[in-house]
Amino acid sequence: MPDDLILETREVTKEFRGFVAVAGVSLKVKRGSIHGLIGPNGAGKTTMFNLLTRFLPVTRGTILHRGEDVTRMPPAQVARRGVVRSFQISAVFGSLTALENVRIALQRPLGTSFRFWAPSRSLSVLDDRARALLADVDLQDLADVPAGELPYGRKRALELATTLALEPEVLLLDEPTAGMGHEDVGRVAELIKRVARGRTVLMVEHNLSVVADLCDTITVLARGSVLAEGSYAQVSADPSVREAYIGSAA
Amino acid sequence: MRRVWSGQAVFMGWASLVALGVAAPFVVYPVFAMNVLVMALFASALNLLLGYAGLLSFGHAAFLGSAAYVTGLAAKTWGFGVLLSMATGVAVAAALGLVFGLLALRRSGIYFAMITLGLAQVVYFLVVQMPWTGGEDGLQGIPRGKLLGFLDLGDSFAMYFFTYAVFLAAFWLIQRTIDSPFGQVLRAIRENEPRAISLGYDVQRYKLLAFVLSAALAGLAGSLKAIAMQFATLGDVAWQRSGEVVLMTLLGGMGTVLGPSVGVLLVVTMENYLASLGSWVTVITGAVFVVMVMAFRRGVVGEIQALLSRRS
Ligand SMILES: Nc1ncnc2c1ncn2[C@@H]1O[C@H](COP(=O)(O)OP(=O)(O)O)[C@@H](O)[C@H]1O
Ligand SMILES: [Mg+2]
Repeated sequence: MPDDLILETREVTKEFRGFVAVAGVSLKVKRGSIHGLIGPNGAGKTTMFNLLTRFLPVTRGTILHRGEDVTRMPPAQVARRGVVRSFQISAVFGSLTALENVRIALQRPLGTSFRFWAPSRSLSVLDDRARALLADVDLQDLADVPAGELPYGRKRALELATTLALEPEVLLLDEPTAGMGHEDVGRVAELIKRVARGRTVLMVEHNLSVVADLCDTITVLARGSVLAEGSYAQVSADPSVREAYIGSAA
Repeated sequence: MRRVWSGQAVFMGWASLVALGVAAPFVVYPVFAMNVLVMALFASALNLLLGYAGLLSFGHAAFLGSAAYVTGLAAKTWGFGVLLSMATGVAVAAALGLVFGLLALRRSGIYFAMITLGLAQVVYFLVVQMPWTGGEDGLQGIPRGKLLGFLDLGDSFAMYFFTYAVFLAAFWLIQRTIDSPFGQVLRAIRENEPRAISLGYDVQRYKLLAFVLSAALAGLAGSLKAIAMQFATLGDVAWQRSGEVVLMTLLGGMGTVLGPSVGVLLVVTMENYLASLGSWVTVITGAVFVVMVMAFRRGVVGEIQALLSRRS
C-alpha cells in the first residue's frame, strides 16, 4: 500500500516562535496524481511546501519520500532526489538569459559545475536541450533575453521550463497561475496537464476552475489543519469548506 | 551583464590593457606602477567574491598580509626561489581562506562580514606575536632573487614586467572564473539562492570555492608585493587594508571587470598627488568616496557601462 504513495507527511507541525502555521498535517500524495492544495490565505500552504522540500525544518512530525524518511535531509539533496519546487513569487535568475536559466538546471548532472577554469562555452552542448525546453513553453523566441526583462507570465513559464529541465519525479507548484491574465492561465494549465503525464504534481492554486480541471485529489487547509480531502465535487460540497472560503478572501 | 561586448571589443580591451602596462614603467616610477598592480590584483580578487558571489569580506587583508609574510620568510630565511616562495605564500592564504570560509559561511550578510573581520583580527594578533615577523618593524630586506635562476629581478624593470605578467595571468584567471560553468552557478546563487538550492545545488560548497579562490588570489597579490617591495609590514594584515580594498572596489565598480583596478588607480593616484597635504589626504579620499557613492552608486566603471548599454 505505502509504495504507491510518493510523498507523505505524518502529523507534521511547524511553529514560528509559538505561532502554529501548520498543525499536525498528514498528507498522502499518490504517485502519478495531480494533487491540489487549496485554502484561504495564511492557511499554511506555502509553509507545507517549505517543509516538504526541507526549506524549513519541521517542528514535529515526519516526511517520507518513496517511503524513506527525508525529514532531516538538506534541501538540495531532496531536490536531487527528484522533488522539485517552484516558488510563489516567480523565481528566475534575472541577469541570466532565458537560455542560461534553463542551462543552470541542465548543467549540474554534467558534473562540471565546479570547473572555474573551463570556458562557459563548454556548456553549449546543452543548448539544444535548453532550446527544446524553452519551445515547450513557447519561449523559443526569447531565448537570449535576460530573464529579468521578461513579462511576468513569461517569467513563470521560464520557471516551469527550468524546473522541468530537471525531469523531476514530483513537481511542487506554488500558485503557478497567480497574477496571470486569462490567456496565460489557460496556457499554463494546459502545460501542467501535459507535463503531469508520468509525474506527480502537488500544486497550490487559487483559481478554482484550474483546480477543478486538473486535480485528481484536493486537500483543503485552513489555519494549518486539514479541513477536507477528496475529489473536487466532494470538497466543494463540504459545508465547512464553503464557510472557510466565505469567511476570508480566497 | 548583457553580452554587448563582441569578440573584437574584448580583444581591443586586452590589447589596450597590455599596451598600457608595457608603457607604464616608462611614464611613472616602476615602484609606483608595481604598487598599483599589486593593489589592483588584490581588489580584483575581492571583487570575485563581492561582485560575483555577493559576499562581503572585511578580512581580506589577512590573506594579502599572511602571504606577504610567508613569502618573505620563504625567500629570506629558507632560501626558496622566487616562484616557490610565492607559491608557499599563496598556499598559506588559500588554506587560511578555507578556514575563514568554513567558519564565516555559516552566517550571511553583515554577520558573515563581521566574522571575516574578527578572524582577520586573530591573524593580525598572531603576526604581531610571532617573533619571525619582526613585529612593529615588519619583515625587511626580502631578496628578489633570480627568476628561474637567471632573470635578475633586482633590476626594477625586470621586476615590473614580472609583476605585470603575474597580474595579467591572474586577471585572466578571474575573467575565466566568472565566465565558466562555475561562474554561471555563482551568478545563479547571487541572483536567487533559494532557487539555486531548489535546482539541487549545494550552494555553500560553491560559495566556499569562491571564497578560497578569492583568498588565494589576494594571497598572490601579497606574495607579489613582498617580492616587489621587499618588505612585509603590519599594514598588510591590518583591518584598514581590508576596508580600503572594499572602498576602492566600490569606487571603481564592483561586479565589473575593470572596476576594481580603476578604483585602485584613482585612489593611489589621488594619494600620490595629494601626499604633500599630509593627513588631509585621508579626509579628502573619504569625502570623494562619499560623494562618488552617493552620486554614482554603481562605481565609475559601472556607471560608464550603464551609460553605454543605454545608448546601444
Ligand atoms: N518564516 C515565517 N516566519 C513567521 N511566520 C510565518 C513564516 N512563514 C509563514 N508564516 C506564517 O504562517 C502562516 C501561513 O503562511 P503561508 O504558509 O505562507 O500561507 P499560505 O501559503 O497558505 O497563504 C501565515 O500566518 C504566515 O504569516
Ligand atoms: Mg502561499
